[in-house]
Amino acid sequence: MNLMSNGARPIEILLVEDSIDEAELTMETLREGRVSNKVHWAQDGEEALDFLRRQGRHGGAPRPDLILLDLHLPRKGGHEVLAEIKSHPQWKRIPVVIMTSSTDEKDILAAYDRHANCYVTKPIDLEEFMEAVRSIEDFWLTIVHLPAA
Amino acid sequence: MPEARDTAVDVLLVEDSPDDADLMIEALKDGQLRPRVTLVEDGEQALAYLHRQGAYLDAPRPNLILLDLHLPRKNGHEVLTEIKEDAVLRRIPLVILTASENEQDFLEAYDRHANCCVRKPADQEQFALVVRKIEQFWLRFVRRP
Repeated sequence: MNLMSNGARPIEILLVEDSIDEAELTMETLREGRVSNKVHWAQDGEEALDFLRRQGRHGGAPRPDLILLDLHLPRKGGHEVLAEIKSHPQWKRIPVVIMTSSTDEKDILAAYDRHANCYVTKPIDLEEFMEAVRSIEDFWLTIVHLPAA
Repeated sequence: MPEARDTAVDVLLVEDSPDDADLMIEALKDGQLRPRVTLVEDGEQALAYLHRQGAYLDAPRPNLILLDLHLPRKNGHEVLTEIKEDAVLRRIPLVILTASENEQDFLEAYDRHANCCVRKPADQEQFALVVRKIEQFWLRFVRRP
């Protein structure tokens, strides 16, 4: 169905999330997914950009196939990170899924205005949270044709 | 756009193949939300619909756009570019559905800010399943403006 079906390599996912609990839960849920994937965790907006620029301790970072981005982040907020990604000639094609607890219509509009690929709200309930991650995994890793480069 | 959330959900389908369109409309209508699907068959019509021109003065703003790439009159890449450069229309989630085997088509679509790209499976049942998954994800799971 997509480039992943040939199983050549795991899907590289960049998770940008400042909450340790939510990051661990997200990574654990993705690890159980059907499609082989590798999650790289950045704890704030600056670190996410370091990862994309392969700077500092992210010198050998792969280019992510998919980015899961929280909005409320220390150092550099998610909206700023999104704007940088989506105006960069090489990064803009990388799908960015906004994963946030914000249901504020202003956040939703600002994200789509800056070309977020989709906006998902994080449920508070643990089971529902995992279900949401599974829905993202199921759609973006099995149905979508991710850009190859 | 927020007023649409409590009422009917509208999908704009831009597809020139009658067979593919029939299959997609069937699959969409199977969905829990029973969206209203409007079919247009070329790129010019799609833009007239979105800009509410000509026969489309009363067209609702769609909640989701499904766009084929190879279309008569104005192709999908051009339609995508116009939508994603428009300050208001760009907010509508847009899914590219194409049979293209050319990776360049996908890269270009992502560069032009398609929300996602899906390759049409040749198998009919797989195709219907993919359309149902799109309906489920974009109309029932994702937060739309």
